[in-house]
Amino acid sequence: MSQIQLAKEERIGFKSPITMASIGVFVIIFFGVLGREGETVFEISRRADLIQLPSISIGSSSLGWVSGILLLLIAGYSLSSSLKNRKTPLWVSVLYGAIGVIALLGWLAAGNQVPLTFIIGTSLVLAVPIVLGAMGGLMCERVGVTNIAIEAQLLAGAFMAAVVSSITDNFFLGLISAMIGGALVSLVLAVFAIKYLAQQIIVGVVLNVLVIGITSFLFQQWLTQDAENVNFPGTLDIIKIPFLSDIPVIGPVIFENRITVFVALIFVPTLYFILFKTKLGLRARAVGEHPLAADTVGINVGRTRFWWVTMGGMSAGLGGAALTIGNAGAFGREMAGGFGFIALAVVILGRWHPISAALAALLFGFSIILRVWANQVSPGIPTDFIIMVPYVVTVIAVVAFVGQSRPPKALAIPYTKG
Amino acid sequence: MSESPDRFSQALKEILSGGFTRTVLSIILGFLVGALFMIGSDKAFIESLGYFFSRPGDALGAAFAVVTEGYGSLFRGSIFNGEAETFEKAIRPLTETLRLAAPLILAGLGIGLTFRVGMFNIGGTGQIISGMIWATFVATRLELPFIIHTVVAVIAGVLGAALLGALTGFLKARTGAHEVILTIMFNYIMFNFFNFLLKDPLLLGEEASTGNAKADPAAASAVLPKILGDNYNLHWGFILALAAVFAFWWLMERSTIGFRLRMVGENPDAARSAGVSVERVYILAMGLSAAFVGLAAANQSLASPLGLFPSAHANIGFDAITVALLGGSNAPGILLAGLLFGAFKAGAPSMQVFGVSPEVLGIVQGAIVLFIAAPPLIRMLFRLPPPQTTSVLSDIRQKLMRRGGAK
Repeated sequence: MSQIQLAKEERIGFKSPITMASIGVFVIIFFGVLGREGETVFEISRRADLIQLPSISIGSSSLGWVSGILLLLIAGYSLSSSLKNRKTPLWVSVLYGAIGVIALLGWLAAGNQVPLTFIIGTSLVLAVPIVLGAMGGLMCERVGVTNIAIEAQLLAGAFMAAVVSSITDNFFLGLISAMIGGALVSLVLAVFAIKYLAQQIIVGVVLNVLVIGITSFLFQQWLTQDAENVNFPGTLDIIKIPFLSDIPVIGPVIFENRITVFVALIFVPTLYFILFKTKLGLRARAVGEHPLAADTVGINVGRTRFWWVTMGGMSAGLGGAALTIGNAGAFGREMAGGFGFIALAVVILGRWHPISAALAALLFGFSIILRVWANQVSPGIPTDFIIMVPYVVTVIAVVAFVGQSRPPKALAIPYTKG
Repeated sequence: MSESPDRFSQALKEILSGGFTRTVLSIILGFLVGALFMIGSDKAFIESLGYFFSRPGDALGAAFAVVTEGYGSLFRGSIFNGEAETFEKAIRPLTETLRLAAPLILAGLGIGLTFRVGMFNIGGTGQIISGMIWATFVATRLELPFIIHTVVAVIAGVLGAALLGALTGFLKARTGAHEVILTIMFNYIMFNFFNFLLKDPLLLGEEASTGNAKADPAAASAVLPKILGDNYNLHWGFILALAAVFAFWWLMERSTIGFRLRMVGENPDAARSAGVSVERVYILAMGLSAAFVGLAAANQSLASPLGLFPSAHANIGFDAITVALLGGSNAPGILLAGLLFGAFKAGAPSMQVFGVSPEVLGIVQGAIVLFIAAPPLIRMLFRLPPPQTTSVLSDIRQKLMRRGGAK
């Protein structure tokens, strides 16, 4: 019985090629055959850039045709890997996503310009809270603790960053206290989940209610009354790394940012390295997969979980700081606005892997800027549907690829020494 | 037939270790936490802290004042307003509590049902929106006679929500995708879809469209009628909620379907061995759960005098989770929990008038449920006895019942 199940799990299905091919056909039909009139101009460089690259102009519907065919070709590649019982590699999925995004941009901006650098750069900035939140969630889930409270951690971090930076006039202290804020929420989760063996999903949901309540109350009662002194932090300075920031596209997108973006960019590969290449990460994963076995070889399950959950909270808290002092410049009521839940989806979409999760977070960041931008370029198109895209993609991914993405085995199960 | 002291103390232990005592203590603690926040943010209290050691009475007085007046205005806004001129006006807050509790109870029953099956429906928001779409369509676009129109609209709301719920259950059963992620995503998808429908006058938008996302109010033949005349807003939604509480009780405690649902909740493997199709139960449970949420959707669609806005889901889907948790996922508990949180909603404006941000009620709500979620914590705080395995209480109850029946 168990062997049959095992065999079933190991067979790579045809879900990826089928999904990829159907999206490709969709692109050809709607963006190619039924595509819109007009040329789309992709602006590669910004006007202020040192090195100017020429813009690329292409007919909107022909771009639809070209990208649709490319998508089908990739689907074919994915089919051949599936036939060889191999997973579709990550870079193929990334390439696929990038082509899909360009097709969508080209369709939307028929007869208009696409400011490529601006869109990618803003996507990254908007994705940072989601990335850091997702890393926080991932760190908890890898050791077997479900963290639904990412929203609460983001809010706590955003609140602390805004208030402490305003009072002390020191962004460094603001960032530190944002991490403490996120960690405090995590501590409650950890204590309830590990010590009191409470249902982790329930504690997470309740923590969201509680932290939304606390921050909204303090915002209403305190921050709005005395906004100048306690909720007026401004934003972090934009750091321009010399020379590197002059590279076209990559320069302004990556090397000209606030510290929160740099932290996220460094943290994601670091976490990957720690999780998969060090003893520390191996222990953490062991606790998440098989706590009994980990306990047998002398790993303290409770303590490992406790520390990883707390550190995860610090990461999400920093993500909250990216919302206030890293972007908006002040705290607003319920300003995390569902980012925590998106981060949760991103963890699963990224198959509990830091790098794929960060890429998935970029997709959501992109969708946020897309909503704003698409309204300006082609007001006739119902933006409500564009906003839905990442959520629909998540549903498709969760439903179609769930056989390939397996959560840590001991997720959400409290461990008691028996 | 005298009760021995031993049995008496055992019965006391059972009461103290039981869920009821824990719930009451959690509610008290929740209000205490809220009180601390009110005190901590009170200006008079903070000023009196400066000279606390010379005149501690000031600080204590200020603390006492803000708490009594804060919770006092909550009471006046949600149960009985002693300051009103007439009795009719004085009990108006209570009818508002009942009105606002109705959707919380209905959706709370839905969420509670999934807890009993060992699942977690976090998609109340999406399901309520789906139900509202269908109910609003029937209520604003069809012409039907009185009563029938209302009934059809309610059924439409239930179906609309139940289909989305069943789809979630189906996807979980077929692919193993986790319902928490699916429902969160459906929340966003439905919210944006609703927004789209409300903007278009050909779909659900106002016929005299102003470009805003908003629906027409339900046709006069479709609204839920008022119970106590035009002076009170209380409408049949509350009766619907009471009926649903009874239906939930019967479904879960008396019917075969309920037995199957609970069986899967207790132990899916055992249920499977006993011949229950666990996959079918997942679909059924999500569908039934969303059907109760759909009643809340009908309540929203058919009783809003201005017509629906995109925010008409009023966060009921999430509040319902706290209702179900506080109510212990059983029918009477959910009724009481819904009334408590309904009172919070009704009393919020009058707290605002008094100058305490009603957001403090969110803290109270969260704190209560957090304590509920961790029984060992409450036991440790109050040094309650551990869970008892004896059945002295139920023996006594049975004896009393038998005596009553013999008469």
